[in-house]
Amino acid sequence: MTAPRELTVVLIGNPNTGKSTLFTALSGMHTRIANFPGCTVEKKLGLFTDAGVKITLVDLPGTYSLSPRSLDEMVSVDVLLGRQADVGKIDAVICIVDAANIERNLYLYTQVREIGLPVILCLNMWDLAQERGIKVDREALSQRLGVPIVATSAHKNLGVQELKAAIHRVVGTSVDVRRPEFPAPFYEEIDHLRAWMQQKYGKSPEPFLLERMLLDVGGESEKKLSLALSPELLPVLASARERLAQKGCRVPAIETKVRYQWIREQLTGVVDRTSPSNRVTTSDRIDKVLTHKVTGLLVFIGVMFLIFQSIYAWAAPFMDAIESVQEMAAGWVESSMAPGTLRSLIVDGVIGGVGSVVIFVPQIALLFLFIAILEDCGYMSRAAFLMDKLMTKLGLSGKSFVPLMSSFACAVPGVMAARVIENRQDRLLTILVAPLMSCSARLPVYLLMIAAFVPQVRVAKIIPLQGLVLFAMYCVGALVAIPVAWILRKFVFKGETPPFVMELPSYKWPSPRIVLHRVYDRVKAFVLRAGTLIFCTTVLVWAAAYFPEDHTPELKIQSEISQLEEAAGESPTPEQSAQLDQLQEQAHQISGRLLADSYLGRSGRLIEPVVRPLGWDWRIGVSVIASFPAREVVLATLGTIFSLGSEVADDGEENQNRFVSALQNSKWPDGRPLFTIPVAVSIMVFFALCAQCAATLMIIRRETNSWRWPIVTFVYMTGLAYVAAFVVYQVGRLL
Amino acid sequence: MTLDQIPRGTLARIQDVTGDDTLAIRLMEMGLIEGEEIELIGAAPLGDPLEFSVRGYRLSLRANEARRVVVEPLP
Repeated sequence: MTAPRELTVVLIGNPNTGKSTLFTALSGMHTRIANFPGCTVEKKLGLFTDAGVKITLVDLPGTYSLSPRSLDEMVSVDVLLGRQADVGKIDAVICIVDAANIERNLYLYTQVREIGLPVILCLNMWDLAQERGIKVDREALSQRLGVPIVATSAHKNLGVQELKAAIHRVVGTSVDVRRPEFPAPFYEEIDHLRAWMQQKYGKSPEPFLLERMLLDVGGESEKKLSLALSPELLPVLASARERLAQKGCRVPAIETKVRYQWIREQLTGVVDRTSPSNRVTTSDRIDKVLTHKVTGLLVFIGVMFLIFQSIYAWAAPFMDAIESVQEMAAGWVESSMAPGTLRSLIVDGVIGGVGSVVIFVPQIALLFLFIAILEDCGYMSRAAFLMDKLMTKLGLSGKSFVPLMSSFACAVPGVMAARVIENRQDRLLTILVAPLMSCSARLPVYLLMIAAFVPQVRVAKIIPLQGLVLFAMYCVGALVAIPVAWILRKFVFKGETPPFVMELPSYKWPSPRIVLHRVYDRVKAFVLRAGTLIFCTTVLVWAAAYFPEDHTPELKIQSEISQLEEAAGESPTPEQSAQLDQLQEQAHQISGRLLADSYLGRSGRLIEPVVRPLGWDWRIGVSVIASFPAREVVLATLGTIFSLGSEVADDGEENQNRFVSALQNSKWPDGRPLFTIPVAVSIMVFFALCAQCAATLMIIRRETNSWRWPIVTFVYMTGLAYVAAFVVYQVGRLL
Repeated sequence: MTLDQIPRGTLARIQDVTGDDTLAIRLMEMGLIEGEEIELIGAAPLGDPLEFSVRGYRLSLRANEARRVVVEPLP
């Protein structure tokens, strides 16, 4: 038989074993990221060629065991059993283990082994284990377990070639599974169950699934099969477990007991670890400081401040640069193309759309730079450890802290950061409340409204009212998130509180190569997977604002303006300036009218009865709808629709003053002033709580792999925003 | 006595993990099995969760999770 030219290899292991480091070391830059169908699990494939064989490496999520308790955990089992159609048959499994913590890590190994695939045991972080004085007789262990063992230090690229060589050796070999023996009654019950299923359905599942059905009380294998077959299965399983309990093998305790006992037997005399309690390692000394009551909290605050500062402030110059490149590109197209629909599509649709995606890259890159460093050095789980008490009070978990804090800068990287939370419930809950945190895109809206309508007075003679209002706006989202999280936990994510039980890994130096790779990986995933959706939204909203009106008058006046500007040159005469001003004024009027009559404007009129109780007229409604691709667009739209030109809001102080006074002077048809303080506050409160951010919704779509959660987010946030704006306006009017 | 009650720095031997829900299974999977020794290393600054040393690694549990583990303190 000739060797196969293509192999599919699975990589599985506990969290904190350096699994993603090894994945990178094996497959380099050639990765493909998608989701497994129907669940939130990311499918990460690495492609590499070794000794002329094309190898597809499948990275499964880090897990402590293979006892699927949710749809997401079932994916790993399905992949290993070759039941996942888009991955196919598995040729070999690399089970990665922390060489300094073999005993607990082997638990997963014993389960993986029982599937019956060729397995390579990879003892990773070998160098660190050596430093800690842990001695492993690899030869003897390999003999006992009946699998090849490779020692690697993936972050230093050591042992990776040996691992690749081992893949070729192990593929196609007959599998002699040495496994823990369960007590005899267990196998009797398995035979019984198999016979029952054979008789009832004419077939029974794989031996591995059969055992899982019996062992996992309320687990996914039992749920899946009982749904697919019949509810009769559940009582059969229950009585089987009952009989086992009577014979002294209580399910589920029996499994862990048998496995750990077997593991200890295998390791006796092979692994020599000095007792951990009487040896203080460097890691312990660091931990003393970093989890200390005072120093621990101080360091934590410092680190979090640094992260926040980086995404809030350090990203700004990069974002400005992206904006100016975007403007340059737009300017270049404008100067080299005749005005018209196509030019508008390219400038406002395509270039604007690309810009609306790329603008997020600096924040995502910076945030994931920090997350990758903190995860790689082992601090991330300490951060969760430190914050857990506080976050559980809010119905969340310690791991929600970093994603939520990041969301104060921008919800897009915040939602992406939620992937550090392994538990599905906690992760979804964090994703759903993250957009409530007041992101930096809301700031321009607050600043403008406050500058225009909040008087410059001081409360109690010291605190400026304007600052107070701004502070209140920043808090409102976070405060609202508390009851929202509580309600979601109570009614949507019902059931047991997800366990916090997690390992606190030893500290180590992060590897720059791995960190940078992680950043690249995340940015790529964002641009390719969420970027397309964000881009499409921008183009759609552009089309809604452009069509169906005839833009010829606008084009005509624009060409008049440019002719006049050309004629006037550097130093226009007073008449020319006056004429130019007049033309500009007309142009603004026309573009305002065009927007008002576009599909977008029409929809604004359509919803006027709905926004009326918030104190808004249709123009404010249009601006809010138009801000869907990005919150800050609301200002430009307000500028256009109040016939001031779209650049007034952010173009210098003089323009901003003009904008403010235009808003102050705008009126209802009956002459009442449109913007009053209650209206301004109602707009701000609406923006604080609404989900008018396509990028956030699209990243939620990508991260949860379902349209359900972005729709839920949009509906609940818009509902909340509406009710809050309504109450604020109506109460404000009475005062 | 349960695991959340042992004093810092003392060794205890695990006697049982109560219940058969997700949490109990998870605790056992992490190696908290009858007969195993475990030590309380410390607590987070706000008093919860707790940090333990078991089977040569560090494990973090909330107090209400540690309460599910029955232990006897060792001299």
